Amino acid sequence: MNAKVKAGAVGDLPRRLQAPGPRYGEKVIHVLLALCGLLSVLTTTAIVISLIGPTIGFFEVVPGDEFFFGVDWTPQFEPPSFGVLAIVAGTLNVALWAMLFAIPVGLGAAIYLSEYATPRVRKTVKPVLEILAGIPTVAIGIFAVSFILPELIQPIWPGDLHGGAEKPFMAGAAALGIGLMVVPIIASISEDAMSAVPRGLREGAYAMGATKMKVATRVVFPAALSGIVASVVLAISRAVGETMIVLIAGGSQPNATLWFNEAIQAMTAYIGVTATGDIAAGSIDYKSVFAVGTVLFLMTLTMNLISIRLVRRFREVYE
Amino acid sequence: MGSLSSERARLAGAGARATVAASLGGQPRRDVWLNAIFASLLLLAVMVALAALAALLIQAFVKGAPALSPDLFTNVPSTLNPDKAGFRPAILGSLQLIAGVILFVVPVGIGAAIYLEEYADSSRWWNRVVEVNIQNLAAVPSIIYGILGLAFIVRGPLDLGFILVSGSLTLALLVLPLVIIASREAIRAVPSSIREGSLALGATKWQTIRTQVLPASIPGIATGVILAVSRALGEAAPLLLVGATVFVTFDPTPFSEDGFSAMPVQIFQYFQRPQDEFQTLAAAGVIVMLVVLLAMNSFAIWLRNRYEQTW
Repeated sequence: MNAKVKAGAVGDLPRRLQAPGPRYGEKVIHVLLALCGLLSVLTTTAIVISLIGPTIGFFEVVPGDEFFFGVDWTPQFEPPSFGVLAIVAGTLNVALWAMLFAIPVGLGAAIYLSEYATPRVRKTVKPVLEILAGIPTVAIGIFAVSFILPELIQPIWPGDLHGGAEKPFMAGAAALGIGLMVVPIIASISEDAMSAVPRGLREGAYAMGATKMKVATRVVFPAALSGIVASVVLAISRAVGETMIVLIAGGSQPNATLWFNEAIQAMTAYIGVTATGDIAAGSIDYKSVFAVGTVLFLMTLTMNLISIRLVRRFREVYE
Repeated sequence: MGSLSSERARLAGAGARATVAASLGGQPRRDVWLNAIFASLLLLAVMVALAALAALLIQAFVKGAPALSPDLFTNVPSTLNPDKAGFRPAILGSLQLIAGVILFVVPVGIGAAIYLEEYADSSRWWNRVVEVNIQNLAAVPSIIYGILGLAFIVRGPLDLGFILVSGSLTLALLVLPLVIIASREAIRAVPSSIREGSLALGATKWQTIRTQVLPASIPGIATGVILAVSRALGEAAPLLLVGATVFVTFDPTPFSEDGFSAMPVQIFQYFQRPQDEFQTLAAAGVIVMLVVLLAMNSFAIWLRNRYEQTW
């Protein structure tokens, strides 16, 4: 038994305490596990390689200034026009209105759960919010078209600003659907950040006579700010990358507008309707999917890196 | 007993507060009012989120209820006859897709998590790259994974074609980061004293991981795997790109070039049809998915709360 003992400092151990063999099995396992970790890096590499080739091919045909500064996205016309701003605007439109809904609701829920709720309420409400995060986006998209639009938006605002006919699709309906989808993200990450603020800070403020509201807004909120901003950035990234909700509820009209009550097409929705099975590899439509995908990937990558850095900061400060 | 002592604490607290308020003058009236308004706004935010969830569930059930019948599970899709259309190929497709996802993400995801937590030296730059990379991958849009599937798995280097296995691999890559992140947290929660005890008794590193660390972290890992699988089950966007859009009226098989279908994609396609009956059918499909996913998620959350260990 003793002969099998292995310790950290092997050098000066008596011989009977050293490992009996070189233990190749342990090394094989180490390598296998490292390969599993490496696979994630390979995934990113594969994504980048997949995107770059056809994107370069796209820019051999379509000039860069038409793509980056054009506001007409009409690939099906003759001659086609590839002004990506039209669908970037669609994405930003939806993300903007989604955040106007999700930030107050998500942060409100987070502050409530972390500062006001009794432990019992928190124990029931948190899992229910997590259930919201598990609802498939197809279901949310259908909900947006068949409930949010006819029951919530159209009674107040049927068509254009000055009345007008009822519209079957509105960016606002898709936006509220996406907002609903990202509320749990904002709520749960922000709540984690606020719960990580040491009790001492709160108690100090209470001892000075602060109300709960003052403690929440002037002590806990600033102390947890990096985590809160991280949650919002991540939520924006999710909103920008969401496909099914905008595909179902946004309409399919590229439209360079940030208005709530217009039909739009988001970048993800363009990819989703264009790149379905029967698209011919090598055609300009096929390449345009990858060009749009590259723009989308770079946008979300930037936001994800910001969010990752911010989360790390609040972890470093308090944990 | 417990309620008595907490009652005593509450009374003591109230007494102390009254004494402080009497001698120091209490909080300004305005602050007290603002606090009450603030608290009700926060409560409103929670209520909005919960009401939206309730509305979504109720709406799906009301709309889909007329089409709910056992035929839903046995009938194949039809373009002409919504009464005879169902989800059989889509359900079978989803089950096979998910089986593939589990086969892939469980070993690879847990392996990567073990590597990062137990072996990797986080002061080395390459290990930090792997970490940030995984966190980013967890937030890459699902449609980008669809592009990856189309250009890398269906065509390109792997060249598998538009088969179910391609879809399965695409979904597996999509949820792999979620499994890794959840498993890492579960492994990290096992205190180092457990490892040290095992090592001190002469176990090798791998023996320690296999017999001590993994068993202790299984509930957390299982929770992460279930949540990841339920995400894969509900995901439609990447499947649109890797071939799940064909009109499938037969039972799909993993390697068939004839095409495959999945629940969320089939629901989407029914919903796109103009006839009301197909919309009802789509809503019925949503009910089936919601029941399955809510069951899976509730089980995962229960599992986490039930076996959550505080060391």
